[in-house]
Amino acid sequence: MRISRTISVVILLFIFTIFLIGLNKSQLYDTTNLTGQTLTTFKMKSFQEDEVISNKNLYSNEFTLINFWGSWCLPCREEHSTLMALSKIKKIKIMGVNFKDNESNAINFLKTLGDPYDIKTIDKDGKHSVNFGIYGIPESILVDNDLKIIAKFVGPLSKKNFDEIINIIK
Amino acid sequence: MLSNLGNTFLALNILTTSSIIYFSYKFLKKTILIKFNNLVQLSLLQSTFSIMGFITLITGFLVSDFSLITVFENSHSTKPLFYKIAGAWGNHEGSLLLWITIMTIFSLLFLIFNKRNSNNFLLLTLITQNFLILGFLLFSFFNSNPFDKILPVPLNGLGLNPILQDPALAIHPPLLYLGFVGASIYFSAAISSLLTGHGGKKFAVQIKPWVKISWFFQTLGIIVGSIWAYYELGWGGFWFWDPVENASLMPWFAMTALIHSTIILEKREGLYSWVIILCLLTFILSVTGTFLVRSGILNSVHTFANDPSRGLYILILLFLMVIFSVIIYFSKSKEDNISFDNFSREIFIISNNWFMAFYLITVFIGTIYPIFTEVIFNTKISVGPPFYNLIIAPIVIPFLFIMAIGPNISWIKFKNINKKKIILVTLFSTLIIFLLKKLNGGFSPISNLILISSVFLIIYSLIDLKILLKNRPYNNLSRVISHLGFGFLIFFIVINHNYSIERDMNLKVGDTERFNNYEITFSKLTLNKEENYDSVVGHFIFKDKNNGFIKNLKPEIRLYNKPETLTYEASIRTNIFRDHYLTMSNIDRSEFYNIKFQNKPLMLWIWISAIILSIGGISRLNFFRK
Repeated sequence: MRISRTISVVILLFIFTIFLIGLNKSQLYDTTNLTGQTLTTFKMKSFQEDEVISNKNLYSNEFTLINFWGSWCLPCREEHSTLMALSKIKKIKIMGVNFKDNESNAINFLKTLGDPYDIKTIDKDGKHSVNFGIYGIPESILVDNDLKIIAKFVGPLSKKNFDEIINIIK
Repeated sequence: MLSNLGNTFLALNILTTSSIIYFSYKFLKKTILIKFNNLVQLSLLQSTFSIMGFITLITGFLVSDFSLITVFENSHSTKPLFYKIAGAWGNHEGSLLLWITIMTIFSLLFLIFNKRNSNNFLLLTLITQNFLILGFLLFSFFNSNPFDKILPVPLNGLGLNPILQDPALAIHPPLLYLGFVGASIYFSAAISSLLTGHGGKKFAVQIKPWVKISWFFQTLGIIVGSIWAYYELGWGGFWFWDPVENASLMPWFAMTALIHSTIILEKREGLYSWVIILCLLTFILSVTGTFLVRSGILNSVHTFANDPSRGLYILILLFLMVIFSVIIYFSKSKEDNISFDNFSREIFIISNNWFMAFYLITVFIGTIYPIFTEVIFNTKISVGPPFYNLIIAPIVIPFLFIMAIGPNISWIKFKNINKKKIILVTLFSTLIIFLLKKLNGGFSPISNLILISSVFLIIYSLIDLKILLKNRPYNNLSRVISHLGFGFLIFFIVINHNYSIERDMNLKVGDTERFNNYEITFSKLTLNKEENYDSVVGHFIFKDKNNGFIKNLKPEIRLYNKPETLTYEASIRTNIFRDHYLTMSNIDRSEFYNIKFQNKPLMLWIWISAIILSIGGISRLNFFRK
């Protein structure tokens, strides 16, 4: 009896403490605070090729822009010209994560609009992207060679974002 | 004006509640000369004040008195009358008032129904119940006062969240509250029973109708909530293992276990301590659920506003309740000295409790685990359907078998078991599922086993029903109805889950999409203007070549004006065989619309079986039994 009493009191107190602390934590899901954090490790299937892309592939780049896109996503079409323009800049490499897409549609998309990506990966059911703090596409994350997140762009990249990126990597 | 009136009622209510506690205590100690009837009158007064207070708030919503913050934040003068009334409990402050009102009414009714055997047990129940009421009243009055004023008075209100403007959701909170809050009365009774030593059969008989009533309303409340999610949220599912849903499910498990264990307490005077634990646990879980969804610690549609002080208050209340219960339980509970024969009916009923405890623990861990990881490891995770399906689904199989066989076993001592019947029914169920599989294509082994066990339960319950109707009295009617309903529920859920078809497509007006044996044509778009929203309506022609029928489906995108919110209304065509479910959402800056089509077989039967399940709870209620 005494033991079960002690155990139940301890468990209850523990739960209450957690609730009390949890109460005062910020609750809103906001990904802008990801800036300044380091990317978690990831491993994704390469687009069309039979290899695995992981965070190791990004250490050699001075800057990497990780762009999440899909052929079904119309704003992705809109930002494509900005990506094409960025792809001409040597200092920055672009990694494209093909998000919840059909492979043949995605290939067509790149064929017609051009391929700005230096590294391409697939996230067929959107599970990997969650680790990047993505909750909708298009979204882009700019990281440095330590994989620290410098900037995060929610929504299609605009001309203004282009200038911002140029300013950051200068 | 209304603000003052409402506050007066609240204050009077606090006063009456305090005096009930005071006089009951004096009466208990026999230091005062009042009649027991005076306490009943006081309780009547208390319920009257609660109801008047609640009516005052409804009046505020009806006449759109925007000097009340609650009305301003949750209503609008152009809102349809029905939703103005429902708006009264569609927010934190108003629903708390409803909570208190139900608590006082239950307190009064319990008193009236047990008046004839007035004793210390009844008095202490009344005192405990009124302490609970007082706790919530103070919370309402000082922290979440629905009658707080705003100055200057705004010209119009902000409107009720459009996704809450739905008939199912308008009745969902009152139903669920009757379940949640109804549990308070047997919480109080359990505390009182521990303190006075009034246990055994009498106690079981006294609490049983209340457990059944609250279980009935809790079940209905959950069903209505699911129906709302199915029609309104536009995902085509009806159960998402969302924290909010789990919060209503946890007390339900405890209540279900309680219904079964009170039977043993009534028939065999056993399991007293366990019954007490379940009585206490049910209401504690109800308040925990309220805490989880109201404090904003978990995000959900029920989080009306993130106000940590609110959460803190409920947490303190919860803490006091739990600590008080634990102290009393451990100092007063006695060991049960009854043992049960291995294959007696008792053991089968107890096994129901093991299953319920297992489900309860699973859901509890799944629900609060994300809070733990966030506080301790600072990582956000979410526990989704795969976790629950993986853990709960296999355990449903033995559960259904035991549910079928248990009631046919004799009490006290194992006599004989009809092995032939079991084997025959099992073979027959397997055959049915085998034929079903042959006709419609197969699915996973687990699904097969669940289907077989559910058919097993259905057949067993039907046999029981037949015997019952032949040999009256209808002693077991309640059980047979609920078990039958549950068997059907599981059967239809699994069928629906396995045979549902889903298809996503992007279409523009004039496009036609063909898949399987279906053809969907996007014929036109129209714009509609309604009183409180504008809408874009898509007209789709749906052809099913297999069954040779054509249907028009009209999903909508609605833009509500107060507050400005975009909602997606699914177009659902229901018949007794299947639901066709179509939602439409716009794609930014394009003429394409994203269309989601679902074919969900036997959907209607899920609701019907769930309602059959709940009806079992209120058949053969007996309040006045000695």
